[in-house]
Amino acid sequence: MKEEVRHFESELAIIGSGIAGFAASIFALKRGIKTAQIGNTGAVAYTTGYLDLLGKIGGSTEIITDPWKGLEQLQKNQPDHPLSRIPIDDIRAGFDQFTDFLNQAGIGYSAPLDHNLTALTPVGTLKPTLCVPATMEPGIRALSDKTPCIIIDFKGLKGFSGRQVVANLKENWPGLTTKRIHFPEMEKGEVYPEVMARALEVPATREKLAKLLKNGAEDALIIGLPAVLGMHNPDLVRADLEKLTGLKIFEIPTMPPSVPGIRLREMFEQVFPHEGLTLIPQQKVETLSFDDKGATLYLKDNYGPITIHAKSVLLATGRFLSGGLEAHITGITETLLDLPVTQPKNRTDWYQDKYTDSRGHALHKAGIEVDELFRPLGQNGKPYNKRLFAAGIILAHQDWIRARSGAGIAIATAYKAVETIHNYISEHSSAKE
Amino acid sequence: MHPPSNLTLSKAGEQVIETEVLIIGGGVTGAGIMRDLSLRGVSTLLIDKHDLCAGASGGNHGLLHSGARYVSGDLHSAIECRVENEILKRTASQCIEKTGGLFVAIEGDSPEFAEKFPALCAKASITCEELSVQEARIQEPLLSEKLFKAYRVPDATIDPFRLALENVAHARVTGKSNYRPHTEVLSFEIKSGEITAAICRDNRTNEISRVRANQYVNAGGAWAMNIAKLAGCSDISLLYSKGTLLVSHDRLAGHVINRLRSPDNGDILVPGGTVSVLGTTSIRTEELENVHPTVEEIDLNVKEGAAMMPILATTRYIRAFSRVRPLLQSTSGEDDREATRGFALADHTGQGLTNMCTITGGKLTTYRLMAEKTSDLIAKRLGNTNTCQTATTLLPDGEACKWTEPGASPKYWYTANDPDDMILCECEMVPQSAIDEIVRSAPGAEDEMTLEAIALRSRAGKGPCQGSFCGIRICSHLYDCGHYHDKTGLYHMRDFFNERFKGTRTIIWGQQAAQMELAEALHCGLLGLDNLVDE
Repeated sequence: MKEEVRHFESELAIIGSGIAGFAASIFALKRGIKTAQIGNTGAVAYTTGYLDLLGKIGGSTEIITDPWKGLEQLQKNQPDHPLSRIPIDDIRAGFDQFTDFLNQAGIGYSAPLDHNLTALTPVGTLKPTLCVPATMEPGIRALSDKTPCIIIDFKGLKGFSGRQVVANLKENWPGLTTKRIHFPEMEKGEVYPEVMARALEVPATREKLAKLLKNGAEDALIIGLPAVLGMHNPDLVRADLEKLTGLKIFEIPTMPPSVPGIRLREMFEQVFPHEGLTLIPQQKVETLSFDDKGATLYLKDNYGPITIHAKSVLLATGRFLSGGLEAHITGITETLLDLPVTQPKNRTDWYQDKYTDSRGHALHKAGIEVDELFRPLGQNGKPYNKRLFAAGIILAHQDWIRARSGAGIAIATAYKAVETIHNYISEHSSAKE
Repeated sequence: MHPPSNLTLSKAGEQVIETEVLIIGGGVTGAGIMRDLSLRGVSTLLIDKHDLCAGASGGNHGLLHSGARYVSGDLHSAIECRVENEILKRTASQCIEKTGGLFVAIEGDSPEFAEKFPALCAKASITCEELSVQEARIQEPLLSEKLFKAYRVPDATIDPFRLALENVAHARVTGKSNYRPHTEVLSFEIKSGEITAAICRDNRTNEISRVRANQYVNAGGAWAMNIAKLAGCSDISLLYSKGTLLVSHDRLAGHVINRLRSPDNGDILVPGGTVSVLGTTSIRTEELENVHPTVEEIDLNVKEGAAMMPILATTRYIRAFSRVRPLLQSTSGEDDREATRGFALADHTGQGLTNMCTITGGKLTTYRLMAEKTSDLIAKRLGNTNTCQTATTLLPDGEACKWTEPGASPKYWYTANDPDDMILCECEMVPQSAIDEIVRSAPGAEDEMTLEAIALRSRAGKGPCQGSFCGIRICSHLYDCGHYHDKTGLYHMRDFFNERFKGTRTIIWGQQAAQMELAEALHCGLLGLDNLVDE
């Protein structure tokens, strides 16, 4: 049987479906670039929904309260850091555009402020972040105001214990209590956040849950719940539960894969095609080649082979978890084009002796090099190809984990890369091509 | 091992513990002595400065030798192994898998050595059956194509953790015996040739206790020389050999696979439930604490192992570990693997001490015999005329000891069929009920157990994710049931991840790199465990 080859033409092909890839698509749409986005499911489902910009710098255990000031310090101390190579105004613009898009697409987000927020984690620790889903925002206020609050958790939900959250926060939040209830119609056995979230899209389930919440709330003025408040309309689900209970309600992230991450992925998969973007999610690009006319990407899905021809390509394939980089017993490689990877000399140097060493591990600073236009460098230290650009945590000289800067690096570098891609396309489309 | 110089013992505050025999060292030998003496009606207290199997007992292949490994260099050890192998298969069958073992020669190995092997085995009365190359490769398809000789011997595998737990559990039900983890001897009080007390510290609470016993047994393994010195004995002389081993994600062979050559690096591959264990390297060391695998040792094991079984070069590894083996100083020679693997029992009378003895050297396979010899001496000194029962008495299944067995948890869970009993460790299918039982009644169970102590008594954290997810789930479960109730639970979680990392640090490549990136994003990026300030 002969398979039909599907073919797409685009000005920009974005490889990767993590935050960097999605952010790049948003910025490309805004600039009117004809875009295709491809790449197997990134690590989005593993995010909490928090959008970090910068929470720590260079091995300090000190939390940064003003990330914008932090960026200035970073530019001084770590000039190679991807965030040091982008004007702060551009980083701001990137965050604004990204959160505006999410808000318009129906997933409410807090606007980036001039300081970090102190957000809750599933074990009752606190974390600095810049923007949070609207469903989580009231919890941040309640924590700072010490509002009498009850964490209500669910029997059968593993890895989320209200007692744990309270045990670790009670010193600073005396009015914090907890209670465990059964999720409506899921009384027996294990319950899963994704299933609960989809169930809460149904008004009848919300009514049942609201009754249980109201009975359980005791004297609290606000209720904290694990992040299960709907998949496609979390703000509506939350508003409805608030109306039904007469109490304020907020979400706390759960262990990954978590609902807020899945919400983003499903929203993008729904919205982008409407906006005219060609989205081929869940598929891995098998080959990428360049010639005089452009780039050709080849991949396969269940219906057969696909080719994409593009004038420019953005590599946003992430690190080890998403498959952009691969670690071998002999060293680290880039998986699609075998781009040179800046890395420690020996495997011995990849990690510190202590896992939670606040200085972080050298392995995480490994990555690919880019020039000032965010074009990856090839073996000769020159851009690999004039049409190839890169963004996200595949870039070298950053440790997004320790710096609490994953979304920040993704959004800022995507913003910058799309800007230079736009310039490249405009220069070349009008003249010869 | 040195007591802090400013240590003052408050007579009022310190705890006094009385026992007939204090056994120092919770390896399999110490646990074996505890059981042996208990079966003779003697009450004992077993202590360990860390926990059960924290030394060489927990850091080996888990190989129950047939003795064939030693036929060329140490006939005495070979015979001891053969006898003990048969006894343990009979009496401790729940800890043993009768896998059989192959000795395989690969192109480049000495054909002469291979030829004389059956005759050497016969000398020790070890059953040795030659397999054709074809037969061997049918039984173990992953063996190298360069195989030229293969013999089958009665090697088996043994779970040292379960073995130690079962010994302690049996001792607890038979006699007035007890086990205390994280209890370290700081010094001995000696009066006219007799130890009157061992001054001990609880390493978690820093509380000091005075243990008064009639007899003191030093079963400190690699630490035995230091412990003997605390009692003023200089007649224990040990060499330390560091061994490093790797654990693969999959079980790569049914049999124990031994390279048929003089013992060398990376020449034994032992199945353990769903995984295989490759090792070992052997390096002389002076260091007893903070012993961890190095990248060089890992790469050497992988390279040597791959000659025997090529898949070892590309397979996924989930863990590596190093432990120090004590070797008797009397041995000499270039390679520590050629040194005698025999054991020695010192009664210290020559040092002017009448109520202490030290048992050291030896190996996992002969632990019971070592315990027997030691207990014979102690019983004699106590005027106890009961004889050793461990060669014939079956080791019963103790309460809460079964959870270390690979692949067993899902079986129990499935049989119980309780939907509310959730699986907390998804890699190894360890349910909530297992954690509850361990916390309640496993040997060494206590208030606010660490996650490490729980993991030691179960399969939790032993799978591909190495505890990065189940550590969080088990921790929140322990908060839920009130076992943890304040911030210390976070520290337990961090310490557990740091401990697991020691075993993964050198093998993070391939899929393991993705696993670690996710784990670290979760533990540090989200939960902020890298930012906990030590209190």
